[in-house]
Amino acid sequence: MLAIEVTNLTKKFNSFVAVDNVSFSIESGEIFGLLGPNGAGKTTIISMLATLLRPTSGSARVNNFEIASQEDAVRKSIGIVFQDQSLDEELTAYENMDFHGRLYRIPKTVRQQKIAELLQLVELDDRQHSLVKTFSGGMRRRLEIARGLLHEPTVLFLDEPTLGLDPQTRNHLWAYIEHLNKEKGITIILTTHYMDEADRLCDRVAIIDKGKIIALDTPEKLKEEISGDLITIQSPEREKLYAKLITLPWVNHAEPHDGSVTIKLEHAERHVAELAQLSATNGIKIESISIHKPTLEDVFLSFTGRTIREEEIGSKEHMRMMHRMWRR
Amino acid sequence: MDIVHTIWLRTMKRYVRSKSRIIGSLGMPLFFLLVLGFGLNSVVRIPGTGQGYMGFIVPGIISMSVLFTSVFSGIQIIWDKQFGFLKETLVAPVSRMEIMLGQTLGGATTACIQGFLILALSLLMGLNIASVSGVLIASVFMVLIGLSFTAFGIAIASKMEDMQGFQLIMNFVIFPIFGLSGALFPIDSLPSWVRSLTLLDPLTYGVEGIRYGLAGTSQLNPFVGLLVLASFTVFMVVVGAVLFRKINI
Repeated sequence: MLAIEVTNLTKKFNSFVAVDNVSFSIESGEIFGLLGPNGAGKTTIISMLATLLRPTSGSARVNNFEIASQEDAVRKSIGIVFQDQSLDEELTAYENMDFHGRLYRIPKTVRQQKIAELLQLVELDDRQHSLVKTFSGGMRRRLEIARGLLHEPTVLFLDEPTLGLDPQTRNHLWAYIEHLNKEKGITIILTTHYMDEADRLCDRVAIIDKGKIIALDTPEKLKEEISGDLITIQSPEREKLYAKLITLPWVNHAEPHDGSVTIKLEHAERHVAELAQLSATNGIKIESISIHKPTLEDVFLSFTGRTIREEEIGSKEHMRMMHRMWRR
Repeated sequence: MDIVHTIWLRTMKRYVRSKSRIIGSLGMPLFFLLVLGFGLNSVVRIPGTGQGYMGFIVPGIISMSVLFTSVFSGIQIIWDKQFGFLKETLVAPVSRMEIMLGQTLGGATTACIQGFLILALSLLMGLNIASVSGVLIASVFMVLIGLSFTAFGIAIASKMEDMQGFQLIMNFVIFPIFGLSGALFPIDSLPSWVRSLTLLDPLTYGVEGIRYGLAGTSQLNPFVGLLVLASFTVFMVVVGAVLFRKINI
């Protein structure tokens, strides 16, 4: 059974095409990742699927409900955790949950029981009567996930679920997302620009760049497309190094990037000594040489010719910080 | 109805918790009441009122308090928009009409509480009330001012991206509405062209209605006032709902 079916979905903001004729489908029970740099159109896709934005053209079905014509049915069947926080900081954790439960018209006794259950699940039961403004980033994110699950959705959207969280909290959250998927059978669609996150969690990954899906497969298959190993050489004299490298007989595929050169080849370990020698004889300074198996980062690189890098702090985030400062 | 109640409940919880806001927004009306009320009480005689200037401006200051609190409550939606909470309500399977009505009722309730706090304070300062039924009449007008101007705030907030334009709205819309309303002076003593201007201000009918209730006399027919203010309320709620429906986040 398909949880989500997207057909030729397009969203334009004036002349800017944020999502460009995108089609894909997601099986029920899958963890599906939308991977791409900031501004690639991931959040726009999610917003359209959650009925917050109207598509310019194309259509999509969520749990077999049309997003354009059956908004309420779609909304009832999904849960969503937004990239930007959407909690009321002046209310307690319990009150935020209760508000959500009332909005989804969950009867009082069921509501109270579910809230207690979910707060325990995300380990916030001991803080349930504290105001959200006293919570840390990780606690807020956990509360939002708990809230998104309150009305028992069959599809859960997570927009950048671990953005800005410390490694320990990320790991914890990942384990929790996997648990939700395995134990409760909830279909999960997450957006991320973290390669390791997509690799670790997702059954299938769609790589998105500039509003288009440029690759869609399991992380394993995507990585297999880049066969063999990768050698990455960090050097301040990148251009010079690159020019020398491509004269070597065993280098078929080398690419210079910001501050490094990547060589794609088989049996990388046999050539490291040679590389060191090359740099020594030509007087090229090398900071480091590393050999690794391809990651999704390399997959993105080979498809787009660019690395995914985190952009500077978003304007909304900035405004929120200003507001906090101002309130103090 | 349960959704409207939910949104209302949230507004009330936030209101009760923000002690500094409650006290803060009592500050300016109280200042007006003390400075103008006591300051001018002995020098200003208003024809046709028994209580002197103090008794004359109490209804005006109550209106002021209700007006400012309600516009503020409506504009609060901009914060919800900026800090994400609005998304949570908009993605729920509820109609935007219900959300808007809940916000309006919540804002009007808090505004009326502020109004009653001013009324209670002026009783402590020695204000005499015409009758108990007069207080009820005044409350009706307070509720209408609260509803219409919260809806007004929501309408503005739906159009505004951030709080940048807030000062503009305060200086060029809210203060003129207050200033022209006859809250501080009798409209009968104005030159006729200014008087016709004050009659275009919906708050004038609210002020005069409250004055009729509390002081027993007014310069406008309270029934006409009720009719005008009620029509304005309906109009503002419709405009607010239409604009709120078009919010994009």
